[in-house]
Amino acid sequence: MFEYYLTLFIEAVFVENIALAYFLGMCTFLAISKRVNAAIGLGITVIFLLTLTVPINNLIYTYFLNENALTWIGITGTDLRFVGLITYIGIIAAVVQILEMFLDKYVPFLYNALGIYLPLITVNCAILGASLFMVERELLFVESVVYGFGAGTGWALAIIALAGIRERLKYADIPSGLEGLGITFLTVGLMCFGFMAFGGISL
Amino acid sequence: MKFLRKIFDDLKPTFSPGGRFERWNVIFDVIENFFYSSGRRTFGSVHVRDASDVQRIMVTVMVATLPAVFYGMYNIGFQALQVIDLNDPTFKNDWHFVFIDLLCNYNPQNIFDCLWYGACFFIPIYAVTFVVGILWEMIFAFVRNHEISEGAFVTTILFALCCPPDAPLWQVALGISFGIVIGKEVFGGTGKNFLNPALAGRVFLYFAYPAQWSGDSAWVAVDGFSSPTILSVAAQEGMQGVLTDISWSEAFIGSMAGSIGETSTLFILLGLLLLFYNKVASWRIVVGVLLGTIFTSALFNTIGSDTNPMFSLPFYWHIVIGGYAFGLTFMAVEPVTGSHTNLGRWYYGILIGIMVVLIRVINPAFPEGMMLAILFANLFAPIIDHFVQERNIKMRLRRQN
Repeated sequence: MFEYYLTLFIEAVFVENIALAYFLGMCTFLAISKRVNAAIGLGITVIFLLTLTVPINNLIYTYFLNENALTWIGITGTDLRFVGLITYIGIIAAVVQILEMFLDKYVPFLYNALGIYLPLITVNCAILGASLFMVERELLFVESVVYGFGAGTGWALAIIALAGIRERLKYADIPSGLEGLGITFLTVGLMCFGFMAFGGISL
Repeated sequence: MKFLRKIFDDLKPTFSPGGRFERWNVIFDVIENFFYSSGRRTFGSVHVRDASDVQRIMVTVMVATLPAVFYGMYNIGFQALQVIDLNDPTFKNDWHFVFIDLLCNYNPQNIFDCLWYGACFFIPIYAVTFVVGILWEMIFAFVRNHEISEGAFVTTILFALCCPPDAPLWQVALGISFGIVIGKEVFGGTGKNFLNPALAGRVFLYFAYPAQWSGDSAWVAVDGFSSPTILSVAAQEGMQGVLTDISWSEAFIGSMAGSIGETSTLFILLGLLLLFYNKVASWRIVVGVLLGTIFTSALFNTIGSDTNPMFSLPFYWHIVIGGYAFGLTFMAVEPVTGSHTNLGRWYYGILIGIMVVLIRVINPAFPEGMMLAILFANLFAPIIDHFVQERNIKMRLRRQN
């Protein structure tokens, strides 16, 4: 059983890396990767949030939205999957709000560390994307916890590596037309080469 | 030699700023540097005196590739002549044989025949790589006004050595163009890139034209002939299958099909010794890679698998087959794209070692893992350095207080 979850985790981190294989969450990925420390903060936030929202959305899906999901309160024949998208976004936004207030009150050092990133990534497509993948793959609850954690770790790994490369590229002599985002796009493209090494793995 | 020096001295003013051929200074510079070491000096207060400049390092690497180059040429011929059926002259079906016929008697036991046969395949590949690669380097040098670095020469020879002997030349040109331009020049040239340019070009071709470059079937410079590489034999049939084809010492010497320069661990090792002697290669990376390989393959050996025979491949076989030795000697230890800190080099090497076994063993899509492993580690080299530096800063602060 443990082996199965480990495989799921590794697959989510490397093979199906949410940034470098699916290109999700690109806006924050490109914008907040100038400095390693900021990238680490953002990466941890994404891990945190994905580990929280994917399982919550999994519960919502299983007990409210899925076909005949409401049988546990005696209503049969329902199919609320058409409101899935808006529900997941709503849940993510709500979780972020609650989390922010909770951290502000009880874990101030983490709140200060995460700072602006927490509200910022509410609208990050990587967060929603992971929830949608969870639905598409029909993951069970425990699987969704592992998957959420793995997807977050993969994204964090990618952005931290990118930030490291961009910090080194500060000393590079980049043609003026390519400075800034241009060279970042090229860098990310070359990084995808590295992650394609995992391309054919089916664990 | 004095005569040559005089020519350069006479010509120098015309190429210097203000001279008639000022624009062509980069070309004059690179030719002069080819014959004489650079006369450039540092100005200002920080002044390091060391004979080992970029030029010397690059030339050392080029010399270190020579054993692999010559053995590679011999091996192309040897592998091909062994399978050629002399009674059926249809194998002479392309332009290579116009040249091969001149000096070759098609006897696989004759070293010169093999060498000449291989040279007729290797030299066109190297010529294309060199011309196209240096052309891009020159274009960028002109437009961006930087000098042509000897690094480009090293890139071309390394790239040519990891081509399969029967590679189509237009693909070779495409690959080296990608390597030099996207892998290096867009970041500002030698020393500023984060991926090894030869490797970037090779991996680009690997994904773009898998039929010619992935190495699923062996590369023998004879049309229509194909046999599985040692790595894919290992993936299909395990150790028993490998041992019926080749013994460990044969694999170590390199008598097998493969990319031009990668087959012989022995001759590459000679190059590595030269690089160690000149302190160009970092022993920490090399030891790290070996440790990572030994650890990971031992782990897979113990886990074992009924369905995947690659699990049982021991580490000393991993080292001698595929591009392992070549990648380790010429790509992994490269000073620019690897980690720059000594502690970081350990982690960087171990990461490569783990990744190469991981890709070879558990990824059925890619029989060869060395290039991809080094590329993957290149991505993480800067962040490894970052953490090592942070740690050093913290340690020093603690020591001071």
